Amino acid sequence: MFVTQAYAQDGEPTGSHGASAMPEEHHEGTIAASEHGEGFPPFNPEFFPSQLLWLAITFGVFYWLLKTVIMPRIGGILENRRDRIALDLEAADRMRSDADEAKAAYEQELAEARNRAHSIAHEARESARADAEKERKRLDAELDAKLEEAQGRIAEVKRAALGEVDQIARDVTDSILRQVAGIEANQDEIAGAVEQASR
Amino acid sequence: MEHDPTDPIHQFQINRIVPIKIGDWDFSFTNSALFMVLTVAITAAFLYYTTRGRGLVPSRGQSITELTYEFTANMLRDAAGTAGMKFFPFVFSIFMFVLVANLLGMFPYFFTVTSHLIVTFALAMLVITVVVVYGLMKHGLHWFKLFVPPDVPALLLPLVVLIEIVSFVSRPVSLSVRLFANMLAGHITLKVFAGFVVSLSALGALGILGSILPLLMVIALTALEFLVAALQAYVFAVLTCMYLNDAIHPGH
Repeated sequence: MFVTQAYAQDGEPTGSHGASAMPEEHHEGTIAASEHGEGFPPFNPEFFPSQLLWLAITFGVFYWLLKTVIMPRIGGILENRRDRIALDLEAADRMRSDADEAKAAYEQELAEARNRAHSIAHEARESARADAEKERKRLDAELDAKLEEAQGRIAEVKRAALGEVDQIARDVTDSILRQVAGIEANQDEIAGAVEQASR
Repeated sequence: MEHDPTDPIHQFQINRIVPIKIGDWDFSFTNSALFMVLTVAITAAFLYYTTRGRGLVPSRGQSITELTYEFTANMLRDAAGTAGMKFFPFVFSIFMFVLVANLLGMFPYFFTVTSHLIVTFALAMLVITVVVVYGLMKHGLHWFKLFVPPDVPALLLPLVVLIEIVSFVSRPVSLSVRLFANMLAGHITLKVFAGFVVSLSALGALGILGSILPLLMVIALTALEFLVAALQAYVFAVLTCMYLNDAIHPGH
């Protein structure tokens, strides 16, 4: 399509550039084609100098702006952040080691306290056991003494009672002899007999 | 004469806005120059404005700026090493300029600076000039070892050197034509499909129905063209980095 258009323009005697081209520039886009009949704008050398010049100017300014203003700024921001992160990490590391130390100290203290509590409990148990032992011994001794005393009394009573039994036996023998047999036996004989019988 | 509204070439026309003539040379301020200025102004303003807070925790805009900055820095460091970082402002300028010029071209009625071969060729020649000048300054004549790969049989050497030289000379051409052709072809394709929509919908009900397909194509192509705009800027910058690497480390 553009080819036919271009050929159509080719016939016009506007090929010469220069001052005559200038007044036409208000006519919208077909100027280039109509002026020079190049057809395909990207290969139209008419605007090469202008494009090169303006590219040099704009790209030069752009490069200078980026190099001197913008890139140091972005680089600074990134460096700042890197420094800040490194510092923060360092601080975090320090805090962690502090915390670790505190934890170790706490655990040591806890272990010590536990040991102390153990020994206190042990002592208390020991002393309680010793007290109980002493009390038991005392009670044992007391009971033993009482037992002995009681046994002594029992033996005494038994002896006394046994003595009385002899007398009763003599009396009974005497009574039987007198009342049943009518024999008046003397006391020594009776005593001898009772002694013989109880043997 | 009014131009045909569906003419796909019209968008590449250059118009004089302020005619400037120095001697026989025409340095008019054109729509192309206007969009170069806009590209530079918008980019610089964006980069400057988003970093005004110098936030430790970046805002959204600052994040974009920082990401682009670090993305370019990594690209250059990967390709050319730490020694290449002295070219960071240069590579960043090129990347941002091409990227924003490409993206600005996506706006309807906007002129695409990078759709003209002379502009991309000038940028490519700038890159190659920097490579050659810096390479010679840094390494002297040793820099020409770039064209002599090591461990090549003596018999093949002339041929290999010839190939290396041809490949080096063709770099500015391939670098500029790649960007230019991508932008040109993309914009023409978009315009052609958009033209179908206009012509078909003028044909009545059936035409309107038929114009749905090219309309969908235009939508899909628009997305594709945004991708191409970013991708070509990236490719241009990556290749710049790799060529700069040749200037810094010519020994392959």
